[in-house]
Amino acid sequence: MYNVNCDVAIIGGGPAGLAAAIAAKKEGAEKVLVLERDNAPGGILQQCIHPGFGLTRFKAELTGPEYYGRFVDEAKEVGVEYMLDTMVLEVCNETNEVVCTSSRYGLTCVKAKSIVLAMGCRERTRAGIMVPGTRPAGVYTAGAAQRLVNRQNIMVGKKVVILGSGDIGMIMARRMTLEGAQVVMVVELMDYLAGLTRNRVQCLDDFGIPLKLAHTITRIEGNERVTGVWVAPVDDKKQPIADKAEFVECDTVLFSVGLLPENELTRKAGIAIDPVTNGPAVNQYMQTSAPSVFACGNVVHVNDLVDNVSEESERAGKYAARYAMGKLDGEKKIVKCVTGRNVRYLCPQTIEANEVDGKVTLYFRVLQPEENVRLVARCGDTQLAKCKEFRVNPGEMCHLTVATKDIDGDVTVDVVKED
Amino acid sequence: MKKEIICTVCPRGCHIMVEGAGDTVSSVEGYACKRGLEYASAEFAHPVRILTTTVKVTGAQESLLPVRSNNPIPKEKLFECMDVIRAIEVKAPVNCYDVIVADICGTGVNIVSTKTVEAE
Repeated sequence: MYNVNCDVAIIGGGPAGLAAAIAAKKEGAEKVLVLERDNAPGGILQQCIHPGFGLTRFKAELTGPEYYGRFVDEAKEVGVEYMLDTMVLEVCNETNEVVCTSSRYGLTCVKAKSIVLAMGCRERTRAGIMVPGTRPAGVYTAGAAQRLVNRQNIMVGKKVVILGSGDIGMIMARRMTLEGAQVVMVVELMDYLAGLTRNRVQCLDDFGIPLKLAHTITRIEGNERVTGVWVAPVDDKKQPIADKAEFVECDTVLFSVGLLPENELTRKAGIAIDPVTNGPAVNQYMQTSAPSVFACGNVVHVNDLVDNVSEESERAGKYAARYAMGKLDGEKKIVKCVTGRNVRYLCPQTIEANEVDGKVTLYFRVLQPEENVRLVARCGDTQLAKCKEFRVNPGEMCHLTVATKDIDGDVTVDVVKED
Repeated sequence: MKKEIICTVCPRGCHIMVEGAGDTVSSVEGYACKRGLEYASAEFAHPVRILTTTVKVTGAQESLLPVRSNNPIPKEKLFECMDVIRAIEVKAPVNCYDVIVADICGTGVNIVSTKTVEAE
């Protein structure tokens, strides 16, 4: 077996891994090694050729390649190292070894002082939501179609129905239309949009693509190729009303029905997983239940803005570097972050509270869309932070920043209706 | 003419009613901030969009080069621009922000590369 030593090993060279690697280098870690299974860094942003990235971070509307390009340039400047075409097979947090296989070196063991998990997420598939019907060609996840169209120059179909109004689904609706396909409709189970409003306006409304809220695909038809789908409205329990189903002719179905953090390595390593986010539970340093292992980006919780991924990944990289240099230890008072009214999950899940002048930003998603609300973080009856919002919805992440010195117990976040 | 415009400046997504004729705006209602007012007025008179797509690239490891318009293009010209871009093929190496098509369809906007592609 080929052996490599490094200070910080980073699994994944997408936006999370790149930002973590740069931050680890800047914090003083000597050898920072990014392990990436693709033949180039950039991750999923390589196929996200549309604009909308970097509005917070760079105050500019960049495309995916421009956004990660800036990080690749900076990584080069600060001396981040890569092993590309390298697939990680196992993470051992007791020995801090990462076993991987690389087309260049064969089976490789990377020995690190700390590890950052930045594997991102993958798409839920047709099988994941069990749509009945035949199994013809022409059924893709939206991201798979995006990769084929935007990177491999393969057009996936001519007449398309998209299930799910997530951002990738809507962006693919526009992309397919610009490339000459007809997008018949976007079908959404919920009675509200899953993605950002801006994408509805610029990807659907601009091209006159109908959005069918509170509808679902009940069956896929076709033998060799998709010939159509049955689309039915759903009742208030999200069950399809079968006798109202209508046949919609198409040759392609794209699924944009959610993203799942990719945590096989994390689970295998015995690291604690939050059952709501399906990602590792972390503290404000993005440190997992294994002290030498940090995690960031969509592997922790699925983000809607890459700007947030970069921010939390820099934190992961910074503290992973400190850990590698032996500068992150000591007895800490650990408190939990607790979900209150209309809060689905909170990240981080725990806070180390005895930092003198630290600040923690709590990221969270609501369960239900609501208007005229107040976001409140509190310790018992003591209010730590609050913020008014005109509208909240599950597709758009909320956040509140609290000072660690004010925390003397578990922190609860509520979304409170304003009178 | 009356038109409802959903503001995309921030996630609040105000539904703004704009009234006017051609590119003259006579009234704007339902906005919550100055940026929303500006967005709705501009969107009513001259809706514009950033266009992103790909062009074929030869002599590189990848087969496509992602490109964008360096400024927004009038919405009604998007498909005309796509027809021009579709016929283009470039040769690696290409640097990020190299001009791929200058002044596309007489809009004064350039189509530029969004990625650096090395020659194979």
